[in-house]
Amino acid sequence: MAEASGDSIKAEGLVKRFAGVPAVDDLSFSVRRGEIFGLVGPDGAGKTTTMRILAGVMSPDAGTASVAGFDVVRDPEAVKNHISYMPQRFGLYEDLTVDENIRFYADLFGVAARDREEHAARLLEAARMAEFRQRLAGNLSGGMKQKLGLACALVHHPQVLLLDEPTTGVDPVSRREFWQILYSLLAENVTIVISTAYLDEAERCTRLALLFKGRSLLCDTPERLKAQMPGATLMVVSPQPREVRERLSGAEGISNVVLVGDGVHLVVDDAPRRCAEAKQMLTAAGIPFDEIAESEPSIEDLFVAYVQGQG
Amino acid sequence: MAVQEIIAGAAAASVRVESLEKRFGRFTAVDRVSFATEPGEIFGFLGPNGAGKSTTIRILCGLLRPTAGKAVVAGFDVATQAEEVRQNIGYMSQKFSLYNTLQVVENLRFFAGMYSVPRALAEARIREAVAMAGLAGHEHDLTATLAGGWKQRLALGCSILHRPKVLFLDEPTSGVDPISRRQFWDLIHEMAGGGVTVFVSTHYMDEAEYCNRLALMNRGALVALGTPNELKRHLMKGALLLIKCEPLGTALEVLQHNPAVMEAAVFGEGLHVTVQDATAAGAWLPGYLAEHGVECMRLQPIPLSLEDVFVQLTGGRIHQGGESAS
Repeated sequence: MAEASGDSIKAEGLVKRFAGVPAVDDLSFSVRRGEIFGLVGPDGAGKTTTMRILAGVMSPDAGTASVAGFDVVRDPEAVKNHISYMPQRFGLYEDLTVDENIRFYADLFGVAARDREEHAARLLEAARMAEFRQRLAGNLSGGMKQKLGLACALVHHPQVLLLDEPTTGVDPVSRREFWQILYSLLAENVTIVISTAYLDEAERCTRLALLFKGRSLLCDTPERLKAQMPGATLMVVSPQPREVRERLSGAEGISNVVLVGDGVHLVVDDAPRRCAEAKQMLTAAGIPFDEIAESEPSIEDLFVAYVQGQG
Repeated sequence: MAVQEIIAGAAAASVRVESLEKRFGRFTAVDRVSFATEPGEIFGFLGPNGAGKSTTIRILCGLLRPTAGKAVVAGFDVATQAEEVRQNIGYMSQKFSLYNTLQVVENLRFFAGMYSVPRALAEARIREAVAMAGLAGHEHDLTATLAGGWKQRLALGCSILHRPKVLFLDEPTSGVDPISRRQFWDLIHEMAGGGVTVFVSTHYMDEAEYCNRLALMNRGALVALGTPNELKRHLMKGALLLIKCEPLGTALEVLQHNPAVMEAAVFGEGLHVTVQDATAAGAWLPGYLAEHGVECMRLQPIPLSLEDVFVQLTGGRIHQGGESAS
C-alpha cells in the first residue's frame, strides 16, 4: 500500500507511446507525502504525458502508478476525487470574476458552503489577489491567471496537487509568489508534483527527476544532484568574452566553454588548478579579465554534463 | 564560415532611444525611456507583464508610433521611416510561425520571399542559413519532425535571410533542451561578434545571463541598466543567506517578523533570507533561531541572482492596480 510506506505517489516502469514513439520510456519514481516533487526537463521530455497518467486521464501502455493510494489504471475515478490536476490550459472562465470562478470550482467539487468562503478568502490572500476578487478573469495578467487557477485547484483540499508547467510565461515576481503559495501548502502535508522546462526552477523543488526523452536521468534533492556534478565550474568575467573562449577552448581539463553576457562559463575537472592555468593563459595572451573564480554549478550544468557523458 | 557572410555589413547596427513615451488614453505605457545599444551588443530587455516592454519593442519595430520622444533603429527614425526600419530588422519569437507542413528549405524560401530578398541572392543565403543553423543534410526534412532546438535554429535562420542589422528575439530558447540552448546562444554571440545588435526580451533569468547588458523596465520606466554582474553587485540592497534549519515553518514565521530581516522565503529545502549585513547576521541569527526552538544546521552567504535583482527592483509595485492584461 502506498500510504503505508509514506509514498503518496509511486510510478513504476511507466511507458506511453504515441504512434510507436515513446513519450514516456520506462519511468519510475516515488513521491513522499508533503514533498514538492519536480518533473524537470525540456519540451518533449515526457512531462505532460506523465502528469496525465498520474491524473488518471490517460492510461500507460505499460507500468503501474498509484496516486493517493489508488491505482491510476484500475481506479482512475478514485484518483480524481483525491487530487487536483492543473493542466497547462486550466479552464478559467474569462467572463466570470475571480470570486465566481472559485465558487464555480467549489460547486463542481461539492465543497460545503460554510467552509468555502473562509477558505477562498485565505487562498486569495495567500495569492495576493484579495483586492482583485471582483475582476473578470479575462482581465487578469498571465501570472494572476495562474495564481487564480491554483486557488481553484485547491478549493476542495486535495491531498495531491499535480501542476503541469504552471509558471510558463509568468514573470519572476509572480513566479516567486506562486512558489510561496506552494511552500505554504507543505504545512498541510499536501503532496505536490510540478513540471517545468526551466532548469533554474528545479532548485526550488524539495526533490526532482531530471527528464530527457521520456527517461529519468537523475532523481534526488537539488543539493545532492549538484554534488554529483562531475568536476567544477569557473566563471571568467571579462570585457572580451569571445577572445577568452577562443583561447581557453580545448585547453587541458576544460570540457565546456560557454559564452555568457559578461564573461565565460567553464566546466573543468579541477577548479584551483585550472583557475590558475586559465589566469596564466589569458595573461600570456594579453586578454583582459576582471576575475576568475569558482562558481556554483547549476542544474543546467549537471544536465549538460550528464547528457554529454552518456554520448 | 557562413556566419561571417551573414553578418557582413551590419556594423552600423544600433538602437537609440531618447525620452520615448507612449500613452494610451490616460495610461502611460512607456514613460520617458532613454537608452542606446552598440553594434554587436546583446541587449536584454526585462520586466514584469505590463511593464511596457512589448510596447517599446513594437515601437522599435516600427509597428507603433511613439507619443513623444525619439527612437532610431539601424539608422532610421521609427516615426518617420517605419518602412526602412522594418526592412532592416529581424524578429523571432518563441511562438515563431514556422510552417510545420513545409520542408526546412521551403520555410526558408517562404521567408526569403516575405522579406523581399532578391531572387539572385536568395538561394545562396538560404544555403548559408542552413549551414549556420546546423541543418545541412536536413533541408528536405518536414519542419514538424524537427526537435525543438532545431526548429529554434531554423526560425533564427529564417529571421536573418534579409541581413537585418538589428535582431529582436522574444524568449528565443524557452523550453529548449540545455545543450541546444547553449548552441543557439553560441550562434547569437557569433552574430553579435559581426556587428548585429541583438535585442532579447525575456522573463527567464537564465536567458538574461547570456546578454551583455540588461535593461529592466517597471511600470513604463527604465529602473536599471547594466551588465548582469553590475546589476547583481551594485544595485542590490542587502545580502542573501542560505539557511538550513528545522522546523522550517517556525523559522520562516519568526524571521518574517524580525525587523532586521528584509525578506525571508522558502527555497527548496532551506530558506533564502535577505539581510542588511551578512557578517552581522551570521553572528546573531543562529542564537535567535535557537531561542525560538529552531535548530540551525547551516548558514552561508550565497551570491544574489538576477532574479533577486528583478524582484527587488520591481516587486510589490506591480500589484497596485493598473496592471494590464497584456
